[in-house]
Amino acid sequence: MRLLALRRCTLRIQAAVALTAMLLPLSCWATLGDNAASVMNNQAQMKGTLISVDHQRYVLHEITTPSGAKIREYVSPAGAVFAVAWEGQFAPNFEQLLGPYYQQVQQAMAQQKAAQQSGDQQPTRRRRGPVYVATSGIVFEQSGHLRSFHGQAYIPQLVPQGVKASDIR
Amino acid sequence: MIRKLGLLFAIASIIGMAACGSGGTNNPTSAVTSVSVSCSPTTVPSGGTSQCSATVSGTGNFSTAVAWSASAGSISSTGLLTAPMVTTTLVDTVTATSTQNTSVAGTANVTVNPTSSSSNVAPITVDAGPAGLGYIATNVAFVTITVCVPGTSNCQNIDHVTVDTGSSGLRLLPTSSGGELSLSLPQENDSNGNPLAECLVFLDGYIWGPVQTADVTIAGESASNIPVQLIIPSTSSPGVPQSCSDQNPSGGNGNEGNSLSDFGANGIIGVGLFQQDCGPGCTNLNGSPPPVYYECTSSGCNPTFATLAQQLPNPVSTFAADNNGVLIQLPAVPDGGSSTVNGSLIFGIGTQANNGLGSATVYPVPDSGSNAGDIVTTFNGTQYQGFVDSGSNGLFFLDSSVAGVPATCTGDLTSWYCPTTSPDNLMASNQGQSTSGPVGTPVQTNFSIESAQTLFSGSNTAFSTLGGPLSDTFDWGLSFFYGRNMFTAIENMSSPGGTGPYFAF
Repeated sequence: MRLLALRRCTLRIQAAVALTAMLLPLSCWATLGDNAASVMNNQAQMKGTLISVDHQRYVLHEITTPSGAKIREYVSPAGAVFAVAWEGQFAPNFEQLLGPYYQQVQQAMAQQKAAQQSGDQQPTRRRRGPVYVATSGIVFEQSGHLRSFHGQAYIPQLVPQGVKASDIR
Repeated sequence: MIRKLGLLFAIASIIGMAACGSGGTNNPTSAVTSVSVSCSPTTVPSGGTSQCSATVSGTGNFSTAVAWSASAGSISSTGLLTAPMVTTTLVDTVTATSTQNTSVAGTANVTVNPTSSSSNVAPITVDAGPAGLGYIATNVAFVTITVCVPGTSNCQNIDHVTVDTGSSGLRLLPTSSGGELSLSLPQENDSNGNPLAECLVFLDGYIWGPVQTADVTIAGESASNIPVQLIIPSTSSPGVPQSCSDQNPSGGNGNEGNSLSDFGANGIIGVGLFQQDCGPGCTNLNGSPPPVYYECTSSGCNPTFATLAQQLPNPVSTFAADNNGVLIQLPAVPDGGSSTVNGSLIFGIGTQANNGLGSATVYPVPDSGSNAGDIVTTFNGTQYQGFVDSGSNGLFFLDSSVAGVPATCTGDLTSWYCPTTSPDNLMASNQGQSTSGPVGTPVQTNFSIESAQTLFSGSNTAFSTLGGPLSDTFDWGLSFFYGRNMFTAIENMSSPGGTGPYFAF
């Protein structure tokens, strides 16, 4: 593991983006599936500390907001954000964090619910608690409780060779 | 409150002089004719208080002053009765005597009930859920509560309210969502005088609706005039803001307030680690308001700050006594499950004979930061964040990519485990943590997972061996509660295990 860059940058927020950044404390990080450049683009929208570590098979960028929320972004050697992870008091804004993949997660959630309701298992049973959906296109998980949310999402096709799902946490 | 009834007519002065002549008081032109007394409430627990008031009637320029006395306990010069400590029910007679004419007095009775060992026990039922649910509830702990319009006897019992150690605050489904609540409760307004609403995000859905106030009674405990949330459907007003639904993986489809079957209960009572649902994170200590509390105006609802007092409290922390946490006691459930289970939600930790910690181990948890409310669970040599949550209906941990973890079910049951060898006996260890890492000695915990396909084949509702996949954390849901004394201690409250927050089991 090589320390790529240890930058403790308290970024000056421009007035135009400040409101969004504060309203959605976890939302302004790069979007799942974007290219690595989005890390730098979105950096300016966050007020916090950034640590980037080169894990050889991927680069992990972790930002910590003043409120203690963390967003971790996993960038492949090909330059794609293949995974995101989050933790903090509030759930992130998934529309912004997952971008186009948010719709895929919603569909997978809806399918899981429909399967439980129309299943051949009688009577129908419902899982109450952490969310875990895994499709060929997206794996999404969120756990925790009020005041503490943890979660991650990744795109299986974009995960670099040799990187395990358990590396994303 | 003392009211003077001016009865001025021709003979007033004559009566007044007569009164003067016989009583020798200081005003020759007035007389006190009667004193009546009322007290609220008329029933109090041992050592409780009741405010009494006297209405003095008379003629002329009479004095409304009274002297208070009580047959038991003590009463102040302003009529505040402090009832005695009793072991059997007692009727306490409060007397107000006119100071102008000590032969004129009024009385009222206040019933004082003993705080018996059962007054802090609410029965828990794990069963198939409320009528009309449409499916069989699985591993959900239900209680019945009483909700009243604040300060009135306009009340309603609500059954099948989920007990949740993973959240704080009482939230109820009105009839518009298919729930039971039909009382009309007063709206709570924010500091600008506009209605407050709340968006609460659970892991698998969200709820949205106005914040209102209620008196809440459960077992012998009462929470007076506390903010509660209504869980309203998307079709109701005010509508769900997008900043609310975007916090949920299910998006707009994740509104659990749309129907009884979506929510699965008539309400949820959060009796978790924290005194409020959001806490300092929603107050103006932060730069701008998170999308939790909303101010609603004619132009819509937008995130707003909410003071701690405006937020939904953990009802337990507002009780007069037994307010430092809860003990959930559920009997052991055999492999294969049980059709129904009866247990207890006991208020207080170490406050009465029935809620001592006994041999339970205390697991402190951080009160803030990314791991707020989490213990540390070690499985196969790896540490994970863990939490104890009666609102989760199974043991959710890791997935089959991790060595030693059961296989996930196939078909419609992929969110559950179906081990090939059933039961699959497993082991983990738990320890407390502070903001700087694990504390205390890890304590080994054995648990078993049975095939969900087998468990679900009948109509059982309670399972100690139900589990499902989750790759990053350990969720010790209701399955873990059976056969244990499970304590949840509230932040900043002292108890025999120290100051909360902590879990003990």
